[in-house]
Amino acid sequence: MKKNSGSQRISLAHGGGGKLMHRLIKELFQEKFANEILNELSDSAVVEFLPKNNSSLCFTTDSYVVNPLFFPGGDIGKLAICGTINDLAVVGAKPRYISCALIIEEGLEYEVLKRITESMAKIARDEDVKIVTGDTKVVEKGNLDKLFINTAGLGLRKKINLSKETIIPGDKIIVNGSIGEHGLAILAARGEFNFQAKISSDCAPLTNLIQRIINLRRSAALCGIKFMRDPTRGGLAATLNEIAGGMNFGILINEKDIPVKKEVRAACELLGFDPLYIANEGKVVVIVSGKDAEVVLKAMRQDPLGKESRIIGEVTKAPGGKVIMKTKIRGSRIIDMLVGDQLPRIC
Amino acid sequence: MFDFFRDEKIAQKLAERIKRLSDGKHFKLMHVCGTHEQVIAQSGLRDLLPQNLEVISGPGCPVCCTPNSEIDLAIELALKGHLITTFGDMLRVPGSKSSLTKVRVLGGKVKVVYSIQDAIELSKEKKDLEIVHCAIGFETTAPSTAVVILNDAPSNFSIICSHRLIPPAMEALLISGECKIDGFIAPGHVSTIIGSEPYRKMAKEYNRPIVITGFEPIDILYGIFLLLKQIKEKRNNVEIEYTRAVKPEGNLMAIKKMEEVFEICDSNWRGLGNIPKSGLRLKKKFENHDAERKFNLRIEKSSDILPGCICDKILKGLNYPPDCPSFGTRCTPEDPLGACMVSSEGTCSTYFKYADEKK
Repeated sequence: MKKNSGSQRISLAHGGGGKLMHRLIKELFQEKFANEILNELSDSAVVEFLPKNNSSLCFTTDSYVVNPLFFPGGDIGKLAICGTINDLAVVGAKPRYISCALIIEEGLEYEVLKRITESMAKIARDEDVKIVTGDTKVVEKGNLDKLFINTAGLGLRKKINLSKETIIPGDKIIVNGSIGEHGLAILAARGEFNFQAKISSDCAPLTNLIQRIINLRRSAALCGIKFMRDPTRGGLAATLNEIAGGMNFGILINEKDIPVKKEVRAACELLGFDPLYIANEGKVVVIVSGKDAEVVLKAMRQDPLGKESRIIGEVTKAPGGKVIMKTKIRGSRIIDMLVGDQLPRIC
Repeated sequence: MFDFFRDEKIAQKLAERIKRLSDGKHFKLMHVCGTHEQVIAQSGLRDLLPQNLEVISGPGCPVCCTPNSEIDLAIELALKGHLITTFGDMLRVPGSKSSLTKVRVLGGKVKVVYSIQDAIELSKEKKDLEIVHCAIGFETTAPSTAVVILNDAPSNFSIICSHRLIPPAMEALLISGECKIDGFIAPGHVSTIIGSEPYRKMAKEYNRPIVITGFEPIDILYGIFLLLKQIKEKRNNVEIEYTRAVKPEGNLMAIKKMEEVFEICDSNWRGLGNIPKSGLRLKKKFENHDAERKFNLRIEKSSDILPGCICDKILKGLNYPPDCPSFGTRCTPEDPLGACMVSSEGTCSTYFKYADEKK
């Protein structure tokens, strides 16, 4: 039997349930994702995974349609695994198992699929997460753009109360580093605006950083961390609005404290974008009580993904439900959700 | 360099001096540039100004000033099967009956481009199609249109010429006397092309100071300071704040290219009506690139302001967006009633995005 080789392309038969599909699963997914649960190849992954007392099971899903498939700082595979890990991590869970469904356009190079699979496998390995079940479908050329991925994830969370309801005026807002890199890296990789920039996506798994501050909370008996969210589509502006929206507190951020890399700022000036509205894939917004903010900030800065952590603002009494920014010249402006078009297919 | 022009301490100092100069008296200054309004709103600059000092926006957004008739022409050409290229902001501007977005949904060929050069590339690629580009913008963008036309534009390429001139529009506002303006913050990028000379006569004739101003918060604060200083000293001069980009004579090369390609004509502005000598049209020898003449269509007069919309008063600087009964209710960026809510440079859209409506 001929092995799949570099010049080969994915055909409809690779999703047809026959020999080709089985070979693809064996050579690519079983080989790269190797773990005892996946190896069973049963219709469902059977995992011994019962939450103990005071623990909860966390469950999430997301689909990835990013264009292009490869970009500086990552690819659709890395994005899919990191994205699902981060959705679990920000609710305080430790991600354990992930499912992976691929929808492939007929004609995709086998080599491309291999690289993406390897990239998914690497993150899963590094993060001690198992990809335990999956699915492959192939559609006719033109019915889909190259490759879409859906992942779902299961994680375990020890008892912790993270809720918007616990937020009160005086709480601080921390972000773990500079914003706007993912969205601009994708845009630059597409070449649409004829601009080239040395900007890499910040795509990264946040479990370690977040577990660090959660464990700190347990060991030091701090009750400071109130809420966390990853500012992906819609950027920091959307996330802050989601937090403040409908609540009786407001949020005040300081423009001068928000970390933005020079390259990102320059590209935004050029293209007329606002970094506050650009997607991130390796950032987390943490709301923490005023008295514990410095301790949490210090702990975050000890993590490789948190070195640039900053307190960017605080929770205020009024105006309720709104996000206001003090600008660099000390004027103030309202930060609303993005109005109008978002950049399509950035994740 | 950006940091200097956004420095908190310098801003505070300028604000203090502006407050002292204005001395509690009421002044109304007008800018005529969408980018100025964006920077003012984005930086919260109005918070730094005393209550008695108004900075209002005039006809500064090229998309907003384009009348329905020109949009209707683009729609008609799209429906005839020609490919229309345009900047994104134009897509959703409501024409008399439809918009380019709606026409695209119906199968009309409309493509968003980022520069006129992209439209030229398309014309070379798609030789079997007529490409019609919506050439829009003030003196800042007209030279790039001129260069494209001079560089042997392909025969299947033409433009709907919506280029307009800023100084005649300012003059028209002064002549009408409707809006009491004490001075103008003139747009810096327009003057990188035309320099300061075209404003000189106006400043003297109508006794109004004009300061050509850049686009950082400190530029605008300093521009306001210079205007108040002139008012106090009873001078009516044209001054350049934006000296790092503007020379008094402008960009002679760009002016020459514009003069080679365009002739000045009367032009209809949304909200302001017909303004003498305020538009540009292609000279006769380039008429094969002029869509109106090439396809033998006439731009019909149209009604530009729908009932319930006060875009005309916004563009004349008579009102602020929250004064409009439709603002934020019947008219939002998702579902705009008037042009000023469509373009990212439009005054209403900027207000909607950045300003607290209660302010």
